[in-house]
Amino acid sequence: MTSNLVKSYFRMDKLPHIWCPGCGHGIVTRAVIKAIDELELDKDKVCIVSGIGCSSRAPGYLDFNTLHTTHGRALAFATGIKHANPDLEVIVITGDGDCSAIGGNHLIHAARRNIGITAVAFNNNIYGMTGGQYSPTTPTGDKGTTAPYGNIDKGFDICKLAQAAGASYTARGTVYHAQLLTRLIKNGILNKGFSIIDAVSVCPTYYGRKNKKGDAVKMMEWLKDHAVNVAAAAKLPEEKLAGKFLIGELYHNPQPEYTEEYKKITESLRRG
Amino acid sequence: MSSTEIRLSGSGGQGLLLAGIILAEAAILDGKNAVQTQSYGPEARGGASKSEVIISEGDIYYPKVRKPNVFLALTQEAYNKYVGSTCEEGVIIADESVEITDVKCAKKYSLPILDTAKNVVGRAMVANIVALGTINEITGLVSPEALEKAVLNRVPKGTEELNRKALETGREICNIK
Amino acid sequence: MTNRQAKLMQGNEACLEGAIAAGMRFFAGYPITPSTEIAEGASERLPLVGGKFIQMEDEIGSMAAVIGASLAGLKAMTATSGPGMSLKLENLGYASLTEIPCVIVNVQRGGPSTGLPTSPAQADIMQARWGAHGDHPAIALYPNSVSEAYSVTVTAFNLAEKYRMPVILLMDEVIGHMRERVVLPDENELQIIDRTKASVPPEEYLPYKADPDGGVPEMPAFGEGYRYHVTGLIHSENGFPTTDAEKTAILLNRLMKKIDNNLDDIIKYQEDSLDDAEIVLIAYGSTARSAKSAMDMAREQGIAVGLFRPITIWPFAEDKVKEIAGKAKKIIVPEMNLGQYRYEIERAAAGKCEVIGINRADGEIITPEDIFEKIKGVL
Repeated sequence: MTSNLVKSYFRMDKLPHIWCPGCGHGIVTRAVIKAIDELELDKDKVCIVSGIGCSSRAPGYLDFNTLHTTHGRALAFATGIKHANPDLEVIVITGDGDCSAIGGNHLIHAARRNIGITAVAFNNNIYGMTGGQYSPTTPTGDKGTTAPYGNIDKGFDICKLAQAAGASYTARGTVYHAQLLTRLIKNGILNKGFSIIDAVSVCPTYYGRKNKKGDAVKMMEWLKDHAVNVAAAAKLPEEKLAGKFLIGELYHNPQPEYTEEYKKITESLRRG
Repeated sequence: MSSTEIRLSGSGGQGLLLAGIILAEAAILDGKNAVQTQSYGPEARGGASKSEVIISEGDIYYPKVRKPNVFLALTQEAYNKYVGSTCEEGVIIADESVEITDVKCAKKYSLPILDTAKNVVGRAMVANIVALGTINEITGLVSPEALEKAVLNRVPKGTEELNRKALETGREICNIK
Repeated sequence: MTNRQAKLMQGNEACLEGAIAAGMRFFAGYPITPSTEIAEGASERLPLVGGKFIQMEDEIGSMAAVIGASLAGLKAMTATSGPGMSLKLENLGYASLTEIPCVIVNVQRGGPSTGLPTSPAQADIMQARWGAHGDHPAIALYPNSVSEAYSVTVTAFNLAEKYRMPVILLMDEVIGHMRERVVLPDENELQIIDRTKASVPPEEYLPYKADPDGGVPEMPAFGEGYRYHVTGLIHSENGFPTTDAEKTAILLNRLMKKIDNNLDDIIKYQEDSLDDAEIVLIAYGSTARSAKSAMDMAREQGIAVGLFRPITIWPFAEDKVKEIAGKAKKIIVPEMNLGQYRYEIERAAAGKCEVIGINRADGEIITPEDIFEKIKGVL
């Protein structure tokens, strides 16, 4: 049975979606609309902007102002929207390849400006749309169709990257921890500056199969077993954290927001 | 439909671009047509640079100077590089530090432009405005009123008196000789 | 009143003022010679008129931000030169397909690659038409004076808004950097065209619904309650992706017809002494100024030379060039490239008259003497 949440925020006539059975992206998309719903945002004022890839098909299913842009460029398009009309709530849906490879430059600069955009990175560690090539978040040693002997690149930590570049809010959730994910996205939207939520998803079709990770359920179980909440992690000795990854709110340090700073210039000129 | 071509040359940073702009603006204030262009290399300072102006009663199509009627050189390097095409009926005005070669042209002036700016007006950076005063005193390209107005339009606020003095001193050095 | 006085202005500065007069309230750019003065001017002027400026991290991002801002309802522009233009093309193609109005200024410099950053060239003529991948419509305009840098920029915005598409404003280093006397028109006298907002309520609105024969869809801004979808995928009139061959053909055909059905409105040119001309010069931008001087020199010697100056480079004034080729003995095409527009002119002339190029791609401007010598040579 379709939930009221889905009925309220999905373009029902655009379903079914294109995602494979077992894909985690539906869970992340639900977390996005659940966050919007709980914040009671005006649908007419919400813009969802995406780039290219599996994740980036999400906006097409959602009943907001939606923009499906070019590969990697979602944050740059979103910057234009937010700067032109700061009253709009701009949310970017992107993927690991979209935001940290081809769009890496736009990510670090959106973070540096601390512009009021919330980015949700649907991170499945692989290029799914093109059939399973390794991405900047594919763990070292794992395989992809372009890393048949194992990936020798080191992976990006999207949150650390964004924090170092100046983002004022970074968090990581997973598709197993769906309620936490919703809460993190909500807090990201509430943060006035640039927020990024690394939403760890699963791709059983390409990443999972290529790396013998089992089916979707097995992959979800892996997330459950390897994710450690940042609060719990603080109390654990280092050896207990080996091979684990942190989830929760990783960094929150409110800073002046770009469009508000620009507005100050405009207003001071008007007074002057 | 007579037109006059002016080439102002020196080293980058001497303010000749601004001098060209001021001269062109003064011509417009006089109700004439003017076009100003520059060739600028990647180096913002130093090296030989030039700023060119065409002043005409009629329309100006080709915007670049080909045979200058008036040629200013503040450095030897600029002189050597740009003097060649000066018009046979033209005027050469050079700083006294520049050795004027045996080019064919109507009149040649060697004047202490840089020294006057530095030691009489008191600021080396106003050499461009001193040069404008000098050029206009010799050639009468534009009306003195328009030139002064154009100078004051374009120089930074608070430097009006300094620049007025530079213009005046530039005029005066022509009469010393 | 003071606005009507003659003043000295730079080409890049006039372009910016024209844009602001046309209603431009968003500029995103990246520093590049010889267009930087436009970005510098925009950063200073836009906050004074309630507009927005942003220096983006690269040229790709600037073009993306411009499209985003246009969707949010502001008239938007970016300015660049050769290497930057190459990077703009990705999202210029996006703007063509998604029909987002915007203006892209390309102050051409010597190329290819980093080329001659401070020297003039006109070598991006074909790029302006065919640079973005895939079949797409193109409008490119080219002023030849500081005064036109103002007025043609206004036209560029009007065409962008009217036909909902990116419009390229070509300039060259000479036009961009030269200063000359201008008398700007009174802003109240300018004809300003704005995009058509939605005429139907949101529940009836389809973002790409338009007459298949070159119609232009209505465009409300994001945030105005229409909640529509925009994608760079081929889409049907509801804005959502489709791979249906018939719908694809309808969309691409409509995009091209927006231009083809409105050539008289879009194509602007200047004719000078064509009636009795045996030799016709076809030139644009700064080279057209040399051509005009050369024509005057030739006429003084009794040689019947005329000048045809396209202001609209794309779409190409094909009918007009055909007419000229049918009457003139020779066409001479001086351009600061190795013969890009000449190919198009030769195609239109179709052997009816000889087409001769004068070409330089060495960073030097073509002089009136160069053209005059060629005129005498082909007599």
